[in-house]
Amino acid sequence: MADIVLDKVTKRYPDGALAVREVDVEIADGEFIILVGPSGCGKSTTLNMIAGLEDITSGELRIGGERMNDRAPKDRDIAMVFQSYALYPHMTVRENMAFPLRLAKLDKQTVNRKVEEAARILDLTQHLDRRPANLSGGQRQRVAMGRAIVRSPKAFLMDEPLSNLDAKLRVQMRTEVSRLQKNLGTTTVYVTHDQTEAMTLGDRVVVLRGGEVQQVGAPQFLYEHPANLFVAGFIGSPAMNFLPARVEGDRLHTELGELPLTDRVRRLLEQAEAPRDVIMGVRPEHFEDAALVEEHARAGGAVYRGQVDVLESMGSDKYAYFSLGGERASSAQLEELAADAGVTDLPSGGGQLVTRLSAASQAREGERVEVWFDPDQVQLFDPNSGRNLTYQGG
Amino acid sequence: MAVIGGAETPARKAKWALLDVVVVVYALVPVLWIVSLSFKTKGTITDGNFVPREWTLDNYQEIFTTTEFVRALVNSIGIALIATLIAVVLGTMAAYAVARLDFPGKRALIGVSLLIAMFPQVSLVSPLFDIERALGLFDTWPGLILPYITFALPLAIYTLSAFFREIPWELEKAAKMDGATPAQAFLKVIAPLAAPGVFTTAILVFIFAWNDFLFAISLTSTERARTVPAALSFFTGASQFEDPTGTISAAAVVITIPIIVFVLFFQRRIVAGLTSGAVKG
Repeated sequence: MADIVLDKVTKRYPDGALAVREVDVEIADGEFIILVGPSGCGKSTTLNMIAGLEDITSGELRIGGERMNDRAPKDRDIAMVFQSYALYPHMTVRENMAFPLRLAKLDKQTVNRKVEEAARILDLTQHLDRRPANLSGGQRQRVAMGRAIVRSPKAFLMDEPLSNLDAKLRVQMRTEVSRLQKNLGTTTVYVTHDQTEAMTLGDRVVVLRGGEVQQVGAPQFLYEHPANLFVAGFIGSPAMNFLPARVEGDRLHTELGELPLTDRVRRLLEQAEAPRDVIMGVRPEHFEDAALVEEHARAGGAVYRGQVDVLESMGSDKYAYFSLGGERASSAQLEELAADAGVTDLPSGGGQLVTRLSAASQAREGERVEVWFDPDQVQLFDPNSGRNLTYQGG
Repeated sequence: MAVIGGAETPARKAKWALLDVVVVVYALVPVLWIVSLSFKTKGTITDGNFVPREWTLDNYQEIFTTTEFVRALVNSIGIALIATLIAVVLGTMAAYAVARLDFPGKRALIGVSLLIAMFPQVSLVSPLFDIERALGLFDTWPGLILPYITFALPLAIYTLSAFFREIPWELEKAAKMDGATPAQAFLKVIAPLAAPGVFTTAILVFIFAWNDFLFAISLTSTERARTVPAALSFFTGASQFEDPTGTISAAAVVITIPIIVFVLFFQRRIVAGLTSGAVKG
């Protein structure tokens, strides 16, 4: 076990393309850290550089205090779980798991003991003599994990290890991975493009975009205090609503009507020297059916009245979608997110508002409904830089 | 075999059996004909019967008592095996590089090897003859092994690189992460998975070297390096008026045996390799 330090680590390919730019992350011993971002953000490249499968162009990588830049992967004492599992098809499960130990020249008894122990932890004992081709997806995934844990390495690297599983199994394995990591207490770097995995698994999350770190922090902190539009839009599902807004005195003009600026927000805006035109972000879960909000609680809140376009009932909640006239909020970072989600050419016309209401809500499709929200939960962003103007560092 | 579009009815079975028989007969009649000839006595060899009326092993005895044939057989086996071994080893390394690495001149290398494969061998015989004479390689084993390797390599590289491309690169990365040196990763993970390809290539190269007549006849002059296909054309009867048909037939049968053995032996390996593959996750 060891800590991992990335000190201004940069990756530039021979053709000049910059994949990762000056990534500075300190991963504590035993920490579970997630690298998350859309495809092409440099998260896998970063992981491969830690693994030693790709060269570091500049900067320094230290594991357990030792400089690792020029060491071969085999000399770094770290194990990796691949997206495709990369099990050796010509070996049985036992041989697959024993492979790293045999390479380390351990004696037969120790190898057997360790393999059987790992198999027991991962519930693979009855499959030890089968070949990967005869295993289900979940079992293969566990074998890949087993091959990583047998030799008790300094750190685990995981490259989207759950993305080949079907949805139900993925949720189950997510818990499994989390429990395993807690029990072993091994430093883990986990790459994913799935924000749910990032939120649920990590002690801390590193959000990457275009090879640059956008924000590092605990999942809850990133959710509550995103540093910019990109992080705000990436973390949370359904995504935060973004609407164009205009600051006028102590009021905010938006598609949702005119909102009062609370003292806290106004002070932050002044500090940030905010422009007049901003992008307002508000999460779907910060809305509630106004009919369900008690009278005394409604004071100080704002109400939006609109016609429900689509209503999705999830059982526990209801999602109400409203079409807003006017323009959509536009920003380079938002377009990038839309491109990643593949929704750039949806003919949605104007903006859209997603709200999450309680299951008790009587809202119906096509009917007008009042939704209540707290203006203090609103986040304001600079449309040009994407910076969160209401950001409060922790 | 899965039956597509229909159940396994007797009529259907019969139809396929008939078709199979036709194909097998068509392919095997010339072979059986030469086998038949090789078992005929000198008197009956021209009688035109498909099944010999009088069986004899004289022809076989005769070829194995002449040093001419035995020597040629040794030359054939030795030259073909050595050429196969070297071509497969070089081909494996080259194919791996072609499939996995990006190195300057890769396109040129592939282009040139393709060019060699397409070049009519007969147009190279005269220059090769002169070169080998000058270098003292004429009528020696290396004198045949070298051209065989040269012409077999493009084929080997092509076949093998197709196999290497099939192997997911992540397996190699995984082996490196598991603590393998590049050599160990290649030997313990990549090579076993490429084994079916290696065996296929070995068979093709061996057959090419074994069957070659053009180089064998042009680049040899004595028993020192003459291989069986070339030696066959020098067969004579016991006297110069005797027709050597029987002995040539017997020799022809004998030289097909190593090929059959080679294919049967490696076919098991190929099938075993293919079924244990299943790499996809």
